[in-house]
Amino acid sequence: MDLNFLPEDIGFRQEVRTFLENEYPAELRAKVSREEYTKEEFLLWQRILYKRGWGAPAWPKQYGGTGWTATQRYIFQEECACAETIPIPPFGMSMLAPVLMAFANDEQKAHYLPRILNGTDFWCQGYSEPGAGSDLASLKTKAERLGDQYIINGQKTWTTLGHFADWIFVLCRTNPASRKPQEGISFILVDMKTPGVEVRPIITMEGGHEVNETWFTDVKVPVANLVGKENEGWTYAKYLLAHERTGIAGVARSKKGIERLREIASAELDRGEPIIRNPDFARKISELEIDLTALEYTELRTLARESEGKGPGPESSILKIKGTEIQQRLTELTLEAVGAYGAPDFRGFPREGDNQLPVGPGYAHLAAPAYANMRKTSIYGGSNEIQHNIIAKMVLGL
Amino acid sequence: MNFSFTSEQDMLRHSVARLVREHYDFETRRKVARSDAGWRPEMWAQFAELGLLGAPFSEEEGGFGGGPIEAMIISEEFGKGLVIEPYLQTVIIGGNFLRHGGTAEQKEEHIPRFIGGETIFAFAAYEPKSRYDLSDVSTTAMKVGAGYTLNGQKSVVLGAPFATHLIVTVRTSCGQRDRAGVTVFLVPKNAKGVATRDYPTVDGLRASEIYFENVAVDAAAIVGEVENGLPLVEKVIDYAIAALCAEAVGCFKVLNEATIAYAKQRKQFGRPIADFQVLQHRMVDMFMAAEQAISMTYMVTLKLEESDKARKLAASGAKVQIGKAGRLISQEAVQIHGGMGMTDELNVGHFFKRITMIESQFGNTDWHLRRYTELSNG
Repeated sequence: MDLNFLPEDIGFRQEVRTFLENEYPAELRAKVSREEYTKEEFLLWQRILYKRGWGAPAWPKQYGGTGWTATQRYIFQEECACAETIPIPPFGMSMLAPVLMAFANDEQKAHYLPRILNGTDFWCQGYSEPGAGSDLASLKTKAERLGDQYIINGQKTWTTLGHFADWIFVLCRTNPASRKPQEGISFILVDMKTPGVEVRPIITMEGGHEVNETWFTDVKVPVANLVGKENEGWTYAKYLLAHERTGIAGVARSKKGIERLREIASAELDRGEPIIRNPDFARKISELEIDLTALEYTELRTLARESEGKGPGPESSILKIKGTEIQQRLTELTLEAVGAYGAPDFRGFPREGDNQLPVGPGYAHLAAPAYANMRKTSIYGGSNEIQHNIIAKMVLGL
Repeated sequence: MNFSFTSEQDMLRHSVARLVREHYDFETRRKVARSDAGWRPEMWAQFAELGLLGAPFSEEEGGFGGGPIEAMIISEEFGKGLVIEPYLQTVIIGGNFLRHGGTAEQKEEHIPRFIGGETIFAFAAYEPKSRYDLSDVSTTAMKVGAGYTLNGQKSVVLGAPFATHLIVTVRTSCGQRDRAGVTVFLVPKNAKGVATRDYPTVDGLRASEIYFENVAVDAAAIVGEVENGLPLVEKVIDYAIAALCAEAVGCFKVLNEATIAYAKQRKQFGRPIADFQVLQHRMVDMFMAAEQAISMTYMVTLKLEESDKARKLAASGAKVQIGKAGRLISQEAVQIHGGMGMTDELNVGHFFKRITMIESQFGNTDWHLRRYTELSNG
């Protein structure tokens, strides 16, 4: 056991830092505090990473991944968080890709994986339905086989960035006669441009547009778009969820968030003193940071196990629960820190070229929307209560 | 960066685990804790024979080639058996005072003796009014000729009834709570003028109030820098905190396993209470708290040799996490065991009491949260 980085890791960190300094586009750098990115911006960064050979840090080399060690991946994540780069959407890169590598046929792998890697396709996830949230296996969207086509009918919801997506992976019911709800589900890839696919925005409480409803009306999809075996989709769906949970801890980004929170708490005054000097507030920051340190080392332990060839196990549920709790508390404390200037609603304001005096400090503008938006994190990716169930069953044997 | 143990470390863990399993079953421990002696010198001899007393020290230091990771492994396994013998006081605290502050003569004199099991240390630092503040020292040493005369009182000195030697923090100058002016002395417990009042603690250990009345010691008894002993004391106590966290992790693992096993076997309303989701989620919270505690224990153990600031942040952060986890795990374990959890007959209550005392040992959660905050906000 030791925490020392090898000389080559220290060199690697410098290499990443230099790359980010030189290659991260200035137009994205300017957007740090706005957080609403366009599809082109997501894909732009993916293409730059791809050009450098760093398009898929976590993929095996044979699929164009970097072949990095767990330590190198950790360093890369830390440096990206430090530079506040645009996040890589997980849907293609870290959710679909592992499923394709494990279960898809060779043609599918050869077609889809490179397009994720080089920033051609933007993917979204067709899992949840209005009646199937935590109880995902109760999904009703059906795919009927007609010759060499599936005809898909139904509705998916909470489709994150579905309005950007070129493709969607959809869990469909292919055998309505199956006895258990987990049986008779298939994992199908659908081109979003197919006639009958319709995306309708859902506006969340802070005014943002991230999620959508996705409707399927007689959508015709080639049978070749089925991943793995028909009716075995539940296995792949679960595999995907376990992979989704590892990236979800967000340790490096939360570290950066605490750094920002400390800056804000040093600028905000209470009785003439920075609130970071207020023992009650300072204590909350300390508790948050200590919890984050514990999470960081739990993640490092998980990575170490992974690099010994043991895949992410149900323990990754801890990362999801604790990681999201920390992300939420971070935005909660930031909102507390900005005080009264958390109140003004900045939706659509100030506009480009607006010459008026700003209202309050810039760091206050997104405090309330971010706080509201982050409530999603304990709900998505399998709610934190579902994660408790997973640990209870899979780890504790209850 | 890696988190795996070497095969020697795995072997060490297995041998300590076997020792605890074979010689430290719960009934034996309960009897020993209530015996007149309050410990088993023959167990101590066995620790010496197995090399456990020298395990965390390098070969140059007279040990068996280990370090903080070995200390962590042993402490965790001892935690699982609620081991009474003063390993923390003697090996972790005494040993690290010598390692980091001892003169060549002191090392030569004392290290082989404590590794051999002859010398047993106790750490007399806290006073009736000092709470957890190591710089708040009113015990004095007056310079008399080439030596010193000690006067004062030290409180709740754990393991002192078993000790042959006391490591005492003493004020040799400056005001009562100043960082400067603290000096560390190594005093034989049988020195003239040392009086002790021994008593059991609620968690089955033994401690003493120690009174120094005109105790004459010579300058060779000073460990570390004269007048500037506090940085050494703080460093050694951070080593002790790391080992204490590991001991707590051992306790957490036993309680979590016991609670799950009990919940599966205990039936109410016609089914095992483990079937109830409200209890399942609480056991998951206990599991997660233990995992986070393990992570923090690794973290502090691996950061002991870093800069003072990094080490202090690590120790306080870990102590806070372990303190909170301990409250949650010990309270929930009793709750889920129901009435049985309240009894003296079951081990659960004994772990509950030890974990409760660990929370305040070397500074409680609030104290360390404040230390952490002061360090991190400059």
